Amino acid sequence: MSQALDEIKIGGLGASRKRVEDNRFIRGKGNYVDDIVLPGMLHMEILRSPLAHARIVSIDASKAWEIPGVHLVMTGEMMATRNLAWMPTLSYDTQAVLATDKVRFQGQEVACVIADDPYIAKDACEAIDVTYEALPVIVSPAQALAPGATVIRDDKENQNDNVIFHWEVGDAEGTSRAFAEADMVSRLQLHYPRSHPSPIECCGSIADFNRATEKLTVYMTTQAPHIIRAAVALVAELPEQMIRIISPDIGGGFGNKVPVYPGYVCSILASILLERPVKWIEDKTGNLISTGFARDVYLDGEMALRRDGKILAIRMHTDSDHGAFFSDAQPSKFKIGLMHSAFACYDIPYAHMISRGTYTNKAPGGVAYRCSFRVTEAMFFQERMVQAAAVDLGMDQAEFRRMNFVRDDDFPHRTPFGFLTDSGQYGACLDVGLKAVGYDNFLQQQEEARSRGRLLGIGISTMTEPLGAGNSREYDILGIKMFDSAEIRVHMTGKAMVRTGARGQGQGHETTWAQIVSHELGLPADDITVEEGDTDTAPFGMGTYASRSTPVAGAAIAMAARKIRAKARRLAAHLLEVSEEDVEWELGRFYVRSAPDRGVTIQECAMAAYSNMPDGMEPGLQNQSFYDPPNLTWPFACYIVTVEVDPETGVWDVTNMVAVDDCGVRINPMIVEGQIMGGLTEAYAMANMQFITFDAEGNCVGSNYMDYLLPTAWETPGFELHSEIMTECPHHPIGAKGIGECAAVGGPAAFVNAVMDAISYTGVRNVDMPMLPDRVWEAMKYRRDVSGAPPVLTDE
Amino acid sequence: MTIVYDDEPDADEIPVRRIRFTINGAKKVAEVEPRLLLAHLIRQGLKLTGTHTGCDTTNCGACTVLVDGKPVKSCTMLAVQVDGHEITTVEGLATASELHPLQEGFKEEHGLQCGFCTPGMMLAAKALLDHNPDPTEEDVRWALSGNLCRCTGYQNIVKSVLWAAEKLRS
Amino acid sequence: MYPSRFRYEAPRSLDEAITLLREGGDDAKVLAGGQSLVPLMKLRFASPELIVDINNLPGLDYHREDPDGTLHVGALCRHVDLERSELLKSKQPTMAAAAPLIADPIVRNRGTLVGSLCHADPQGDWASVALALGGSIVAHGPGGRRTIKVADFVTGPFQNVLEPDEIAVEAIIPAARGARAGGYLKLERRVGDFATVGVAVAIETSGDTVTRAGIALTGVGGSTIGATAAAEALVGEPLTEQKIELAAQLAADVSRPRTDHRGSAEYKRHIVHTFVVRLLSRADGFAERAA
Repeated sequence: MSQALDEIKIGGLGASRKRVEDNRFIRGKGNYVDDIVLPGMLHMEILRSPLAHARIVSIDASKAWEIPGVHLVMTGEMMATRNLAWMPTLSYDTQAVLATDKVRFQGQEVACVIADDPYIAKDACEAIDVTYEALPVIVSPAQALAPGATVIRDDKENQNDNVIFHWEVGDAEGTSRAFAEADMVSRLQLHYPRSHPSPIECCGSIADFNRATEKLTVYMTTQAPHIIRAAVALVAELPEQMIRIISPDIGGGFGNKVPVYPGYVCSILASILLERPVKWIEDKTGNLISTGFARDVYLDGEMALRRDGKILAIRMHTDSDHGAFFSDAQPSKFKIGLMHSAFACYDIPYAHMISRGTYTNKAPGGVAYRCSFRVTEAMFFQERMVQAAAVDLGMDQAEFRRMNFVRDDDFPHRTPFGFLTDSGQYGACLDVGLKAVGYDNFLQQQEEARSRGRLLGIGISTMTEPLGAGNSREYDILGIKMFDSAEIRVHMTGKAMVRTGARGQGQGHETTWAQIVSHELGLPADDITVEEGDTDTAPFGMGTYASRSTPVAGAAIAMAARKIRAKARRLAAHLLEVSEEDVEWELGRFYVRSAPDRGVTIQECAMAAYSNMPDGMEPGLQNQSFYDPPNLTWPFACYIVTVEVDPETGVWDVTNMVAVDDCGVRINPMIVEGQIMGGLTEAYAMANMQFITFDAEGNCVGSNYMDYLLPTAWETPGFELHSEIMTECPHHPIGAKGIGECAAVGGPAAFVNAVMDAISYTGVRNVDMPMLPDRVWEAMKYRRDVSGAPPVLTDE
Repeated sequence: MTIVYDDEPDADEIPVRRIRFTINGAKKVAEVEPRLLLAHLIRQGLKLTGTHTGCDTTNCGACTVLVDGKPVKSCTMLAVQVDGHEITTVEGLATASELHPLQEGFKEEHGLQCGFCTPGMMLAAKALLDHNPDPTEEDVRWALSGNLCRCTGYQNIVKSVLWAAEKLRS
Repeated sequence: MYPSRFRYEAPRSLDEAITLLREGGDDAKVLAGGQSLVPLMKLRFASPELIVDINNLPGLDYHREDPDGTLHVGALCRHVDLERSELLKSKQPTMAAAAPLIADPIVRNRGTLVGSLCHADPQGDWASVALALGGSIVAHGPGGRRTIKVADFVTGPFQNVLEPDEIAVEAIIPAARGARAGGYLKLERRVGDFATVGVAVAIETSGDTVTRAGIALTGVGGSTIGATAAAEALVGEPLTEQKIELAAQLAADVSRPRTDHRGSAEYKRHIVHTFVVRLLSRADGFAERAA
């Protein structure tokens, strides 16, 4: 008779286990970088450029040096003597650490001060006198590409224009043929506005160089500590074994905390020079105006259509604005990230994309903000184009999607841009969503309401997106292959510890990683601790972003656990005095096949590994796994939003939001739902209020939370989540797919589509995000598209 | 903050004031520079790092503490201003043996992810429940609208507060 | 994030405060709620040399009504006191509508109405409300007290007529001479946002006839705008649809909005019009969050 443990009870796969990390957070006992105090620690503040583009004529720091409590003032000139004025980016470009020749965006780091306390450091920053000579400013790709435009990166040899890359993918010829044969072409020009991931906690670091041991320890807000270790080794020319990066609790990351920032480098050099710990904690304005922004891509999209609604081909032309330095963290083979994952859920024979990247006098970045490398832009463009095409065809938007979906029996499916999707039940998800929102009923209500002057709208967004890079054949950053690893130690009393190269920032790794081990080994999850973020103890990993954790690190944990179970089986055979082939496994226990009552628990095997192993067996019970995923994981999502637009003011309110997510096996459903709701809120924010724009002088608008608006509990709508459809990932060891970013990726289009649907009577085909009330009103009043970034002070 | 000089500083260059206050029930005396923000007194001076600072413009509410029972953003109050007042921070919510129902509620209902906004959220919620023990969902959303969260989408935070309200009532 | 150094005094009496302010001159600042001043100091947009904290001054945290119906709001009366005030809810519809729309609930625990009027931010909500209601500021200085009409109080963005050694100790809202109605509408994108447009309307009626009217606009000019002509057009006659439309048009005409990232000038003018119509058509003191 089975004596298997109840998996939910022990906190295994599928258990909505309460989070273990909460125990410290709810008590205010988290350990974020700014909470750490080291003996003798000094504080660093950065002086930033007020101008977007200027030559630095002189920097006079003499007054700053005179302020009591100031220990060091660093400028680009000083950095240059140590060859540290410039650093490599994650995209084979260079970025100024402290400006030497010119400043190239507003907020660029010009100098920094290290003092006894941050108040004094700030005083000293104010006392530094910098003379600038203003230069012409470029704030859009159009300006950057205009003939005769000022070359922003004149520091680079052979850079004679503002083009960073020109990249093509797909079948140009096949696509042209398909367009020639099409019954009609639907065209849409879109802008995905500049945004910022903006975790509530800003970036920061404490560098602690010990002259006696030659060891550099850096506590920092990083989502990818091992990558940072490698980067520091290269930039600071220190031996990698003497660098220890510790990423403690992180107050949200969302992609903001992947790149290497000048502040980190300055704090490291300051610590080396002063031989004391140096803490740098960025303020919010510094965070918003200088660290990794996201999006800022223009699309010219075309869809070739057959009259019956079949999509024949896609043509995409994107112009992306990367700011002054190309510092995206993108897989090196794909210049505009995974933009070409667009249209992956639709069965389309041909597609072709041309992407250009440009320098501008804006902050560098283009980070994957809750996103897998530009997938957010891809899916937004896709779903806006799909809706526009449905309108152009006069077809129902749900039916148009359904008829073009890749069918359930058509996997694996090669997308026209070359990805291989492997699983999904797209139509079924759409059905669940339509039923939940009451689609047919809504359409009726909408018509009735319209006759009474009320504007209701419904927007759908359906998409599958590639989460969890690698595989390592195709995905690398700076040549480092994108795999991950995990290490599991089972102690003699049957308790265990898991370490991975990932680094959670609120995703609940400490809870879910234990659940994976629990599922594989039958140990109660409460008996397993999880540790991440310290490069001296954690095995190598590429870090946590792009929804990689469960698809890659999570898989590594399962594989490491399976190696442990294999050894435990040998120990069990030894303890049961039977041959290994006669031993069967059920959750938590090995037993003799012919006598199921005779068995040993996994805990007994653990004890034996340290006290009673068979002759010749290596003692102990621990193992590790480096996991190189065979493919990306492909979750599917259907988001449906209904809105009401105020015809007089353009204000729109969300009346309903339904989310259907098929992300394969859910390890901890509670946590998965938390991820989805967080993503939906960011989608709502993007559609509604959250954007950064620039005036003609390159002044950043959105440089603090008075202008860069994040929604509060009051505006944020309620969400209805659905998990009825579950398609296991065919290659992931436990069938899971990524989920963290799906809602932020697929969500925005649903909101925009809903508003566009509500004002469809105007014939307007597009209002770009953010859909501020005045933009919606303008569209309604003048019956014209409203495109591009919101204007700033265009008249008096 | 302590400042060490290499030379004798001008005697009245940095005016320091002595203040007396209560924090989480304990009486304290501190000498502070007038410009020291309350959030920094709490975090650095008193080493209570559960109070976080997130923005510069009094928007995010991560630094919310209770002063005489009312939630305030401690980054927008001078430390000298708490002379004679009572402060409660997240560290003062639980007793030695028991969590506050809000703390339990946030864990039960998955009301936090990265945990950075959580202390401020809980203290804003405490002030609400002190004032209104039986709030509606709308009341909770309204009362928390001075605190920003980037992770949760708020729905579970609202549930957490309602969970705590129910527990406190029973 | 870190203010410059300053001297700090927390006087216990008004006279002491005035003396300190006189010493400090133009480099002194009064600190009441601090919800605008402290952020400005942290960003170092303001670096006063002397802070005179008036929070310890006794007897300024009131809001009360005289027997004749005049409302007095003390310099230390917090927004939250007004938000929760039964007095306002029953007698002051425009103020009651505005109180919950000031900043956010945490800020409302510290910030004050009088401080907000003194700060004179063109996007401040209370200034429009006080202007529409014909309010005044009582300034206390070395020579005693003077009362200044809100309409004369603000001289420009972030500028008022107070002498360096004067403290605004009270705001006065005159008694209604009939039934009072009105409201405040604020278009904001999220709680705590500055008004894209805010409109305050306060009318008094006797029977069907409007006996007094005030309309003021937030966020559509270099300072708070009193729509005087619009208000005057309403007085002496019943509130008809034609009158409402006329007032809305006059209010929109007097607005001077700028196009910015919150909206175009044309849109903001349109919202002024829309909000005046909405407030006057439903002049029952309703509060509504427009975003």
